[in-house]
Amino acid sequence: MRLQYPSSIRIICLPCTGKVDLIHILRSFEKGADGVYVVGCMEGSCQFTTGNLRARKRVEQARTILAAIGIGGDRVQMFNLASSEAPRFVEIAEEMTRKILALGPNPIKTARKKMAA
Amino acid sequence: MIVAKQKPIDEIIEGLKNADRILVAGCNECVTVCESGGKKEVAVLASALRMYFMNHGKEVKIDEITLERQCDHEYLEELRKAIEQYDVVLSLACGVGVQFLAEKYMRTPVLPGVDTCFMGVTEQRGVWTERCQGCGQCMLARTGGICPVSRCAKRLFNGPCGGSTRGKCEIDKDLECGWQLIINRLKELGKLDDYELLIPIKDWSKERAGGPRKIVREDVR
Repeated sequence: MRLQYPSSIRIICLPCTGKVDLIHILRSFEKGADGVYVVGCMEGSCQFTTGNLRARKRVEQARTILAAIGIGGDRVQMFNLASSEAPRFVEIAEEMTRKILALGPNPIKTARKKMAA
Repeated sequence: MIVAKQKPIDEIIEGLKNADRILVAGCNECVTVCESGGKKEVAVLASALRMYFMNHGKEVKIDEITLERQCDHEYLEELRKAIEQYDVVLSLACGVGVQFLAEKYMRTPVLPGVDTCFMGVTEQRGVWTERCQGCGQCMLARTGGICPVSRCAKRLFNGPCGGSTRGKCEIDKDLECGWQLIINRLKELGKLDDYELLIPIKDWSKERAGGPRKIVREDVR
């Protein structure tokens, strides 16, 4: 299909979203990511039964922690789609990019720059 | 195992706000199993704290370590050389570990990162329930292996109170009545006659009522 999606997104491939740990999401923000979204298979069609359901819980945990420390829980989100849904993949990428642009940069990145100056 | 629950992050932050060098110390035993203070939880909390302080324009050194146990001298010794580098240690061990660490290193403040709750079991992932209160005089042999001290809200020893309804306790409709569980188990064991035997008054001096407890075994000292 050769569809285009925003170039600001960096894809990290995993065998299953069940591999995503809470610490992976937090470290992304610590390193300066403005947002993170996890794209898993449709609920009920995980090859490993519950990988995508576990990922959703970890995303929720990350949202709670990021909200509590003032980074913003809305910067993390979970999406589900089938591997054949390339147009939906692009929609999600664009939706998330719009959302993060509206939220502004990761405050950690700004604070780090200020401290270094 | 000892079951603990991580403290709310704002309470943890409040205790650490004046520190510039923090060590987050986990424990590889019970708190790892109940997912409140093991290596993973240490990493997550340390990461969250680093981001919080950075976001508030404060550069704080936050290191992580997870000891095999915090209730044994030999593992706490691993901190001896490093501990003076820190303004505070945030221990994610149970209350036992926090105290033993504090007793051993008198000059470094040690703060608890978890609320220690009870001795219990993992019923399923994310669900832990109490099973033992360490009363010092186990009576499970008389009660079908179900403990009236920890499972009965009133710690009754000779049958349920009047608040037991359809097998549930009066303090919570979802809580099993400890004595109903005992009776069911005695029935299964074919030992319901034991229910008629009176259990004598318990010696509570062996429980916490007798003050802090101690066991000395000369044969293994």
